[in-house]
Amino acid sequence: MANQVSIPLYQKLLDGFDGKFAIEQKAEPDALRQARQKALENFRKSGFPTTRVEDWKYTNVIPFLKEDYALQDKAKAGAALAHAVEAATIEDLDSYRIVLLNGQLQETATDEKLPDSISIRPMAEAKQEATFLNYFGKGTDVEKHHFAALNTAMFTDGLLIEVKANASIDKPLHIIHAFSSENNLFVQPRHLIVLHRSAALSIVESVVTDSSAAKIFVNSLTEVVVEENANLNHYTLQTAKKGLRQLQHTEVNQKRDSVYSNYTFSLPEAELLRNNLHVNLDDEHTESHLYGLYLGADQQLLDNHTFMNHQKAHCESNEVYKGVLLDKAVGVFNGKVFVQVDAQKTNAFQQNNNLLLSPTATINSKPQLEIFADDVKCSHGSTIGQLSQEAMFYLQSRGIGEDSARAMLVSAFAFDVTEKIKIPELEAHINNLITHHIPANQELIKA
Amino acid sequence: MLSIKNLHADVEDKKILKGIDLEVKAGEVHAIMGPNGSGKSTLSSVLAGRENYVVTEGEVQFEGKDLLDMAPEVRAREGLFLAFQYPVEIPGVSNINFLRTALNEIREYRGLPALEAKEFLKLTKEKQKLVEFDAKLINRSLNEGFSGGEKKRNEILQLAMLEPKLSILDETDSGLDIDALRIVSNGVNKLRSENNAFVIITHYQRLLEYIVPDYVHVLYDGRIVKSGTKELALELEERGYDWLKETYPVTENAR
Ligand SMILES: Nc1ncnc2c1ncn2[C@@H]1O[C@H](COP(=O)(O)OP(=O)(O)OP(=O)(O)O)[C@@H](O)[C@H]1O
Ligand SMILES: [Mg+2]
Repeated sequence: MANQVSIPLYQKLLDGFDGKFAIEQKAEPDALRQARQKALENFRKSGFPTTRVEDWKYTNVIPFLKEDYALQDKAKAGAALAHAVEAATIEDLDSYRIVLLNGQLQETATDEKLPDSISIRPMAEAKQEATFLNYFGKGTDVEKHHFAALNTAMFTDGLLIEVKANASIDKPLHIIHAFSSENNLFVQPRHLIVLHRSAALSIVESVVTDSSAAKIFVNSLTEVVVEENANLNHYTLQTAKKGLRQLQHTEVNQKRDSVYSNYTFSLPEAELLRNNLHVNLDDEHTESHLYGLYLGADQQLLDNHTFMNHQKAHCESNEVYKGVLLDKAVGVFNGKVFVQVDAQKTNAFQQNNNLLLSPTATINSKPQLEIFADDVKCSHGSTIGQLSQEAMFYLQSRGIGEDSARAMLVSAFAFDVTEKIKIPELEAHINNLITHHIPANQELIKA
Repeated sequence: MLSIKNLHADVEDKKILKGIDLEVKAGEVHAIMGPNGSGKSTLSSVLAGRENYVVTEGEVQFEGKDLLDMAPEVRAREGLFLAFQYPVEIPGVSNINFLRTALNEIREYRGLPALEAKEFLKLTKEKQKLVEFDAKLINRSLNEGFSGGEKKRNEILQLAMLEPKLSILDETDSGLDIDALRIVSNGVNKLRSENNAFVIITHYQRLLEYIVPDYVHVLYDGRIVKSGTKELALELEERGYDWLKETYPVTENAR
């Protein structure tokens, strides 16, 4: 294990687990308590990952953990919350909207009655239920993943979302994850989303903060279960302000004939965003789509690690991640496609394209194919490029100003991803955000 | 309208234009002919403001203003239009969105309000008809996967939409079949007026039967070596360009 002495948070967490936290857990079901204990032992052994751990080679998370984080928030409700919620607004989007503050469901900020076929409960209550115990922790490898172990050991709250069999939810569920605190905060939400047989749902998750000076580290873990023939469109928009550092682990398990589509948009200004997206195809005839767009500015560190785990035959996966990097931003893409021995007739496609718009920006792109079955169709590709000077000149020669021309070309670059968004209001929103973040009057590199 | 005096320009330290003089007045059509590599596209690129072309001597006035001092988009907003010899394909930018943005930025520069969606569509329809531009292409990505002829027609559609004062057509006729040639030249003829002017770069006298020029110039080795009326084009078609090599030996290119 790496030396954790320089990270007071490590010891603080371990002490916390044995102290107050242990008392609170007394009432939890045995299975959960055992899982927590086991995960904690893993974390105690592994500590936080340094860059010597292969999966963290390009992302040094240690400096982000050295703040003096409190494990309890002093939340600034009221105005700060309203401000954060405002920031998450998607114009003209007709949705069911719920709001969480530091991982806790805010009853007051939740509008409109949900249909009976969908149920949303705070994790604090739901963890006693059979549904939770039935699905919790399945597929999430707490031996390998440091932060997943820590979350499992010490998560406090979050949501359990369940859609009944055969139910199609008419409007997207917009979940606003607001984070706000007066003190530096380390917070660990945990969510479980279950779509029962033949259910259909679209979720839009927005991660936002108010512009407080406090540093907030979010170690969140979401488990998603897409049962037979169910269909989930899962959108995540990361638009938090400076001060937020987040590790988002998403563990998806797909059953037969199900379709799961993930769309991850990592945008300014959060200092660190590390997304671990794991999709386990547990059954035959599934379809998965992973679309991602990371647009980094300033000194952002945006890291997307995806893991497509083909375990059974006749499954299809399609992955397109696009990166745009400005200023001194650093992007990391690591896409692993794993095709196990039994996963014959797999179709797996992966593509990662990057636009470096500043000479001081960096991208580390690493596609990884590991194939153990012999009758499969797999492909992957990775590119790094600059804005085309020819295209810029063509647009400018028609009267289009340099700034708009650049924004048009960046939007065009992102098009392969944005066109896949199935909610028009959301697509327009993302396109506006892209345009908004491409800076004016700046000399960008062209080729 | 356009006044070019003693224009010298380099590309990558290579002298390409070696003293061009050209006067174009409103209402006129000028044709520029000349062998491959003589500098015709370089001249149009320099006028449109392409990067990497360095003007080393001379000046260009456009409507009394210093053209060379303007950014490419400002030249366009002032009324200069270049139909590219090789139009660029831009995947992900829709043709229609591109046209709307261009038109509205030009209008804004001229102090006009942006066109309402309805007016814009009406205008687009009208101009589309003028150049017989396939409606299906208008929503596609800009020039992506267009045939050669479709790209050229798209250039003329843009020209028709943006209504420039001075249009430079760089080999818009090359590679067009006879129908496309007729369509493109009809378009240009309908757009011709007292107030605008055209510079048509071409290798073929054929086009000049459709668009009759007031003047024909021969560009050779970075200079206009001969000017005349439309009869000159016929003569060039018959004689070719070999005689130029004897009359005007090539000067040193390296700087
Ligand atoms: N970007 C460039 N880099 C290097 N050389 C260039 C560049 N652009 C043009 N040249 C050179 O400048 C000379 C003139 O080229 P230009 O394209 O202007 O000729 P042209 O008269 O338009 O020819 P064509 O009839 O073939 O279109 C050629 O020798 C060409 O190779
Ligand atoms: Mg040329």
